[in-house]
Amino acid sequence: MRLQYPTNIRIIRTPCTGKLEVEYFMRAFENGADGVLVAGCEEGSCHFSEGNLMAKRRVNYTRQILSEAGFDRERLRMVNIGAADATIFVAMVKDMIETVRALGPNPIRRTKPSPKQEIHP
Amino acid sequence: MIVAERKSIPELVDILKGHQKILVLGCGTCVTVCLAGGEREVSILSSALRIASNIGNHGFELEELTIERQCDNVFIETAAEIIERNDAILSLGCGAGVQAIAERYREKPVYAGLNTAFLGILEERGLWTEKCAACGACVLHQYGGICPITRCAKHMLNGPCGGSREDRCEVRPDRPCGWQLIYQRLKSIGQLDRLTTIAPPKNWEPSLGGGCRVIVREDHRI
Repeated sequence: MRLQYPTNIRIIRTPCTGKLEVEYFMRAFENGADGVLVAGCEEGSCHFSEGNLMAKRRVNYTRQILSEAGFDRERLRMVNIGAADATIFVAMVKDMIETVRALGPNPIRRTKPSPKQEIHP
Repeated sequence: MIVAERKSIPELVDILKGHQKILVLGCGTCVTVCLAGGEREVSILSSALRIASNIGNHGFELEELTIERQCDNVFIETAAEIIERNDAILSLGCGAGVQAIAERYREKPVYAGLNTAFLGILEERGLWTEKCAACGACVLHQYGGICPITRCAKHMLNGPCGGSREDRCEVRPDRPCGWQLIYQRLKSIGQLDRLTTIAPPKNWEPSLGGGCRVIVREDHRI
């Protein structure tokens, strides 16, 4: 099945969502990512037993820290999708993009001066 | 080990307001093990502070470093250069670590990034429990190795209080009754007779009642 998904996302592949650390999400937002969607396997079907459950806890913790820092936690979301569920994947991505679009660009990127401005103020 | 937990980001932002160049200094010992102030937590907290600073326009410029042990001058020395070039230090060490850094750098503001909570152990993944109050006069031998000062919410030396339900503490129902544990433990090691001795009121002088505590070992002094 070939399905078109939005082109304004970048897919980063990891061996398992259990590989994802809190720092990865934090750095992504620090570097200007508008949103991060973590797509893990369905709960109970992790090839490494509980990688997706660990990811879920880390995502929740990161959302809490982001919230404390005054950053919209909705920019980070985790979903569980079966490897063969392309239709659901496309729908989830579109939904995430809608959420992020409603929130607007990452405020950090907006306030960060560009390197050119730093060199020639 | 010493168990601590991170202060909230808004509280830390409030503490650090007015400073620009800030060193977030982690400690590689107890607070690393309790996932509060090690290298990883330094990195996460710095990211969060950068984000908060960016949004709130506080102008923080953060540097990150984790040393082996903050409560030891030998290790503090290894951070001398980076400490010197920053305006303030946010220490993710325990209370002793924060004070050791502050004593060493008298001209430099040093702030605590953690709330030092207790002396405890990792009971299960992600769960730490208090085991010792550092009261200075250990009575563990009398109670089968279970401390009535920390494990009993009422610190009773001649317990139990009678308020437990099933085996749960009436003050904190999520924790077992310390005296139930003491009884079971003494029974299993055949020392129930220890409970027939009435314990006199505890002398709290070796604890904080006598002021800041000091231990001197003359044989090690120069």
